[in-house]
Amino acid sequence: MIAIIDYGVGNVAAIGNIYKRLDIPASLVGTAAGLAAADRIVLPGVGSFDWAMGRLNRSGLRPALERAVLEERKPILGICVGMQMLARGSEEGRSPGFGWIDGHVKRFEPQRGGKRTQLPHMGWNDVQPVDSADLFADLAGDVRFYFLHSYHFEAADSVNVLAVTDYNGRFVSGVRSGNILGVQFHPEKSHLWGVKLLKNFAGL
Amino acid sequence: MLRPRVIPCLLVQNGGLVKTVGFAKPKYVGDPINAVRIFNEKAVDEIFIADIDASVLNKEPDYDLIKKLAIECRMPLCYGGGVRSVEQAERLVSMGVEKVALSSAALADPTLVTRMANVVGGQSVVTVLDVRRDKSGAPVVWTHNGQRRTDQLVSDAAKLMAESGAGEIIVNSIDNDGAMQGYDLPLVAEVLAAVSVPVTALGGAGSLAHIKTLIERFGLIGAAAGSLFVFKGVYRAVLINYPSRVEKDALMAGLASNEGGPP
Repeated sequence: MIAIIDYGVGNVAAIGNIYKRLDIPASLVGTAAGLAAADRIVLPGVGSFDWAMGRLNRSGLRPALERAVLEERKPILGICVGMQMLARGSEEGRSPGFGWIDGHVKRFEPQRGGKRTQLPHMGWNDVQPVDSADLFADLAGDVRFYFLHSYHFEAADSVNVLAVTDYNGRFVSGVRSGNILGVQFHPEKSHLWGVKLLKNFAGL
Repeated sequence: MLRPRVIPCLLVQNGGLVKTVGFAKPKYVGDPINAVRIFNEKAVDEIFIADIDASVLNKEPDYDLIKKLAIECRMPLCYGGGVRSVEQAERLVSMGVEKVALSSAALADPTLVTRMANVVGGQSVVTVLDVRRDKSGAPVVWTHNGQRRTDQLVSDAAKLMAESGAGEIIVNSIDNDGAMQGYDLPLVAEVLAAVSVPVTALGGAGSLAHIKTLIERFGLIGAAAGSLFVFKGVYRAVLINYPSRVEKDALMAGLASNEGGPP
């Protein structure tokens, strides 16, 4: 069973709906017992970094989440701010992140090489997987996902970079460290490409 | 390459889908949930749903309907109508709405935009500027479904909204609404020149050629349309439609850079 963490942040229902259509068992989970019963976890996120971290910390789920991810090594997929929360922290706020993947979340440069960057980065962009197995299996070539963000994950170690995207320069659009994965885009809002990615996660 | 966004704009009134002309004469065109299902199949870039009564009648957003729409949407959803507080925005975002659109409340109190952005993030706060040109042709912002005139010109209002923390400006031409004669391109140019956040044009698109013109002129832009995606033919028969991926890519042919703003 896939636990979609329901902490009042992000489109838990849309993710649940996709798994339902795929006939893959998944439920919205807001309790430690629910996390213990799951074999993998989706951590959605929208909003600002501190708001999302604050809600997660206040949900009381953090100890159970840490046990599931760090000790039991259940696969976890962070989405958008959920991916950023895997970092040590973010320029957007003061709250520390989980620090499960070494790196920091930075704001896009408003200008680069004399070119103005429209922010937020909003819309459909290409994603180039570094590793096209597992999460990005059968997602090579003309693959587009929906992005909506002004901050991006800067990985301290390139070994953790799972995918990159170009927006006035390359940025990290996917990260991985063992069982811990994150994507900056919204697979639950990315039509068939997103459905495929969520299906791939269920098979990890 | 980040692509321009082609966005159906659906108007909701009393739980039904309607389409207006010049912000008046709402015509019933169907059920919103059903429309979202069809737009899912057509793989639309985004969807913008506006409740045209909520602010005018001082009503709360119809959370039951919005929740159903958010669950159904396999594309990003922007909702507008009756949003006046940070708490409402928080509730909408936690229900799965990606972007919350403000109009009258933001113009009356720009700090609302800032306070909202601090909680849900600026990328999720959109301001809609409904614009009617006055006798001299000056683009003046109106609110309350085009019934109240503000004293603000569109470029000043857009700048103020972006500086307050809005992540996107939707500029909607009241004059061109439902006319299907093309976008007010000079109006869009004014807004793009005033801000560095994404801008979406609404009002006037009657054909894919109008969208192509908009994209050719401005590059990275949102192209929203109501009538175009719900009516077909000279008799304005109701038929939900949207360009295929090939047609849509053709609208964007020639774009090869990720440069923000107008070329």
